[in-house]
Amino acid sequence: MALYSETVMDHFQHPRNVGEMPDADGIGEVGNAVCGDIMRMYIKVKDGIITDVKFKTFGCGSAIASSSMATEMIKGKPITEALELSNKAVAQALDGLPAHKLHCSVLAEEAVRAAVKDYYEKNHIPYDPAIFGCDDCVKAHEHAPAEE
Amino acid sequence: MYVYADNAATTALSPRALEAMMPYFTETYGNASSLHSPGQRAAEALQRARETVAAAINADFKEIYFTGGGSEADNQAILTGAAIGARKGKKHIISTAFEHHAVLHTLAKLEKEGYEVTLLDVHKNGVVTAEDVAAAIRPDTALVTIMMVNNEIGTIQPIAEIAAVCREKGVLIHTDAVQAVGHIPVDVKALGVDMLSMAAHKFHGPKGVGALYARRGVPLVNVIEGGQQERGKRGGTENIPGIVGMAAAIAEATTDLEAHMAYVTGLREKLIEGLSKIPHSCLNGDRDKRVPGTVNFCFEGIEGEGLLLWLDQKGVAASSGSACTSGSLDPSHVLLALGLPHEIAHGSLRLSVDAWNTEEEIDHILWAVPEVVDYLRDMSPVWDELERGVTPHLI
Repeated sequence: MALYSETVMDHFQHPRNVGEMPDADGIGEVGNAVCGDIMRMYIKVKDGIITDVKFKTFGCGSAIASSSMATEMIKGKPITEALELSNKAVAQALDGLPAHKLHCSVLAEEAVRAAVKDYYEKNHIPYDPAIFGCDDCVKAHEHAPAEE
Repeated sequence: MYVYADNAATTALSPRALEAMMPYFTETYGNASSLHSPGQRAAEALQRARETVAAAINADFKEIYFTGGGSEADNQAILTGAAIGARKGKKHIISTAFEHHAVLHTLAKLEKEGYEVTLLDVHKNGVVTAEDVAAAIRPDTALVTIMMVNNEIGTIQPIAEIAAVCREKGVLIHTDAVQAVGHIPVDVKALGVDMLSMAAHKFHGPKGVGALYARRGVPLVNVIEGGQQERGKRGGTENIPGIVGMAAAIAEATTDLEAHMAYVTGLREKLIEGLSKIPHSCLNGDRDKRVPGTVNFCFEGIEGEGLLLWLDQKGVAASSGSACTSGSLDPSHVLLALGLPHEIAHGSLRLSVDAWNTEEEIDHILWAVPEVVDYLRDMSPVWDELERGVTPHLI
């Protein structure tokens, strides 16, 4: 079996919504170059709807594919729905990810949430901090322990 | 065009080796331990192969022990050095931080059993010095094990000088020469080593077969217990087709070696020159002390796995030391041992060419790599910050 599903390879080779957005309403960046992956997500919001999304990713094939898939899944959707996007849903939409690559889908989920949070803060929209959980969500991205 | 530039991972089987192997699958299939004529013909083939492999590294045929590959040879050599040392109460082993895992993991196992291991720094250029080794040797040092050529960056270690230091201090010396044999001259007498590992599939032989050279007088410890095969040092019916293939491949690889080295060095220089034109890139490992065919570069702002997947699409098979390709948290221990920061080591690319590659293939690589690097940098937030001056370029 190949490392990646056809859907992952498709999104890796033809990433959707890749690029920058100079007039973004919210920008979220998660990950860490030391760990080897960083995702930056830009969103445009109108009347509570995410009208446009763009991303830039530094990372492996599954990180690029996860970002691409996440942008497709939230584009045109209400913010409230985007906040419900789970890493599981991203991984499922990609027809699965290898176990050691699941953190890439977690990163995609976090990038979306970080962009929404940034949008709320920039526009002084009150929100319940609980929906974004703890500030060190990056912990969720911690890899499995190195082989010993 | 599809270019195979991952010869340090494994090589294609040479047609001559394949041809030599074929009769031993279906015609001369006897067990070399059997007394009947099919068995004896297999035993004769085994002996001829042993002599051929020995001659290729200037050893005596009695000093060659066939194994199931390079990793097994490394395991056996290190366990042997450890056992010999333990009998004299010596339980200290010296190695380097960028050895193959077959060495590092065997050493880690020995550490748990009470041995002490010193891993030498490999410096920025990826070359250990004999002085480093001399300074690390203690009265209780049992073994020094240092690779001849590093598998990821291709740097050549001064094994002859290191072995001279070891001899003077009465310490056993093993070298993992898996990436050296068939690519640069390997002469066990000139090197002065006690043990040396090799693997057939790194020089166009078959996979699953290798050999351990052990100088006469070095009593090997078994990794595999069994019958009297390999003079009782490696149990199990001999893999005659594999061993015959290894012998054919080593003979072919070491014939006209100088000419092959000159040719492959030319390909490598062209690769280094071409890849150096990519901005914010760096060659890893010493510029000159390197095996002819291996080149390792880092490209800032991108991650290695994406690079490999795209290169494969563009017709280049390569490898990387990024964490994503190693399946662990950290990028390659070899690149980290050179002192490269994690974020740089993630963007590494190893290209390993040999005498089977052509100039046209190098041109193809030099077309594909810059294109893919540009594409990935364009979508990289890390590159964006480097270019906007938010974070400083490190290379």
